Amino acid sequence: MSGQDEAAAIAPPSTAFWADPRLRGIVFQAIALGLVVWLFWTMASNAADALKRSGQATGWSFLWNTAGFDIGFKLVPYTARDRHIDVLVVGLLNTLLISGLGIALATLLGFVIGIARLSPNWLVSRMAAAYVEFVRNVPLLLWILFFYLALIPVLPPVKQALSLGDTVFLTNRGLYMPKLHWTDGAGSIVWALLAGIALAVATTIWARRRQRATGKRPPDLLIGFALIVLLPVAAFFAAGAPVSLEFPTLKGFNFAGGMSILPELVALLFALTIYTAAYIGEIVRSGIEGVSKGQSEAASALGLSRGQRLRLVVIPQAMRIIIPPLTSQYLNLTKNSSLAAAIAFPDLVHVFAGTSLNQTGQALEILAITAAIYLTISLVTSGLMNIYNHMTRLKER
Amino acid sequence: MKTALSAVLIAAAAVATAHAQSGSPTLEKVKKDGYLKCGVSDGLAGFSNPDAQGNWTGIDVDVCRAVAAAIFDDPNAVRYTATTAKERFTALQSGEFDLLSRNTTITMQRDVALGLEFTNVTYYDGQGFIVKAGSGVASVNDLNGATICTQSGTTTELNVADYFGSHGMQYQILTFEKEAEALSAYDSGRCDAYTTDQSGLYAARLELSDANANVVLPELISKEPLGPAVRQGDDRWEDLVRWTFYAMVNAEELGVTSQNIDEQLNSQNPEIRRLLGIEGDFGEQLGLTKDWAVRIIRKVGNYGEIFERNVGSGSPLQIARGKNALWTNGGLQYAPPIR
Repeated sequence: MSGQDEAAAIAPPSTAFWADPRLRGIVFQAIALGLVVWLFWTMASNAADALKRSGQATGWSFLWNTAGFDIGFKLVPYTARDRHIDVLVVGLLNTLLISGLGIALATLLGFVIGIARLSPNWLVSRMAAAYVEFVRNVPLLLWILFFYLALIPVLPPVKQALSLGDTVFLTNRGLYMPKLHWTDGAGSIVWALLAGIALAVATTIWARRRQRATGKRPPDLLIGFALIVLLPVAAFFAAGAPVSLEFPTLKGFNFAGGMSILPELVALLFALTIYTAAYIGEIVRSGIEGVSKGQSEAASALGLSRGQRLRLVVIPQAMRIIIPPLTSQYLNLTKNSSLAAAIAFPDLVHVFAGTSLNQTGQALEILAITAAIYLTISLVTSGLMNIYNHMTRLKER
Repeated sequence: MKTALSAVLIAAAAVATAHAQSGSPTLEKVKKDGYLKCGVSDGLAGFSNPDAQGNWTGIDVDVCRAVAAAIFDDPNAVRYTATTAKERFTALQSGEFDLLSRNTTITMQRDVALGLEFTNVTYYDGQGFIVKAGSGVASVNDLNGATICTQSGTTTELNVADYFGSHGMQYQILTFEKEAEALSAYDSGRCDAYTTDQSGLYAARLELSDANANVVLPELISKEPLGPAVRQGDDRWEDLVRWTFYAMVNAEELGVTSQNIDEQLNSQNPEIRRLLGIEGDFGEQLGLTKDWAVRIIRKVGNYGEIFERNVGSGSPLQIARGKNALWTNGGLQYAPPIR
């Protein structure tokens, strides 16, 4: 009872309801929400009506129809007798493959370029600057076509393949390498490898503790490397050599067996990497320049070398500035990978929003699915980057 | 009072005749715009290809020109939109143009599920392969294990999968968005064969670095009847396009050409007289004029003339009439009579 009385006492006694900002806010937000819902509902029903009137097929059942076409590069088994939904999976995995590899390589190259731009060496910094300006001022599609059309004629035809001891072959059909052929008992090697990695990590942690306690660091890199190599090798012999190599051999038009890397994949990856690296280089440069000069001067005063200054003092602080724009570049790279259609790399847009769309004619459904998938990939990427950003941000204690 | 009544009567009569004459919203729109909007390919010699002056030429382009000639007596009253194989149906469905004349294969799926109507078969084609002359491939069956390049978004991908699958042959497919990239990949040796409709192979061969080092394999692995398409739901417009093409085939059968059309106007042959609108009012029933076919033949030509000019003896492609000869000459081109 007394609570109510208090509230009544606090509230201004004679405000009309339309002058109450809180109530007004709720009303306007409700109206805005209603308008948005009405707009989307109208658009959706309008589209459905138009499709029905023009006699086009609608619905989602096409996903379970036989696709009828083959795909040249796939990470999972797929044949022409599989369904459109399988095409979606093949395309999605190819998109994830190219995006994942592209992000990793572009980040490495981008950091090298960004740091090189700030190098005290005049030649190195000028070359990095020239790289950035040259690469990012030419459209990406041109880079992709350029690398592809330049790569193919340079590589030898199958019959004159460049070979490395008759095990690795380089031709204009791709790079052919021996493939690991697993038999029973091979699992123990994987476990040994995982155990080796875990032990190596543990060694590093132990070495850090020792360094803090005694000032001397045990040779943890050497020990870790030995663990990662020796444990699987020991397991290989203990299990009676269960893994053999399958070599590629020339058969008719092409090499059969082994595993291959297609020139389309290489050209696309190369173009995406060098293009995005130019932007990442600029982001890294601005991030490093954003760290106050006093930080590296203080680090010098403590006797750290240039490498140590960068690695231990400047870059950790620069990361806070770098990560948000870096996330945008990762998203751009993922979306740009859809230019693959130009050079026959079967990514999601090429096979699903391309061939499947054309065979079924269900543009709205297929584009909606494709857009939803890109949205999901982008949101997951930016979610992960936000977690990382949260970890590296300035912690005020 | 009397004048008001007569005004109403005249207006009613005008509405009635206008309705009887066309009744096609598409034709009304085209007439109002003053030009026909036509979807063509992004460059296929002999079918739809811009020449050095930027004018579109080819069989498919001549179909557009014939429709424009029938409507406006001006074959140049056409605005062309170049489309890729992937975009073409969506562009027609969304009304970007009113006639798709773009070496498009008629299939059941496209006819019944895409909201399109195909009007005619303007060219009987089939899918073939082109290979390097020295590769030792003499037949499609020698292509086991080969890498094959083609354009995406076409029936060719499906035909290759069907043929190689049913013959137990291995292959790797590379599909490019544009024909130019697919061809250049084949030319540089990335693939062992390039596949598309055989007519397209003859055109493609001329674009290769050394045309004589490449041979078109003799077999066809599919039926590819190519023809123009319109949107579903405007039957009168569909009729107009269909009979524009039939008029050109009938003209060839009756020996009416763009050269002798003026003499033929005096012909006593009742079939020719009906075609040229001297007898009957077939043109008016289409929403056009009596002399609709005269306009088409004079300005564009009959089917034989179009064929020879674009892909036959009068063109670099040198494709023989073959299946596209008139039925009277052992081919498949056959038009229902105008009567």
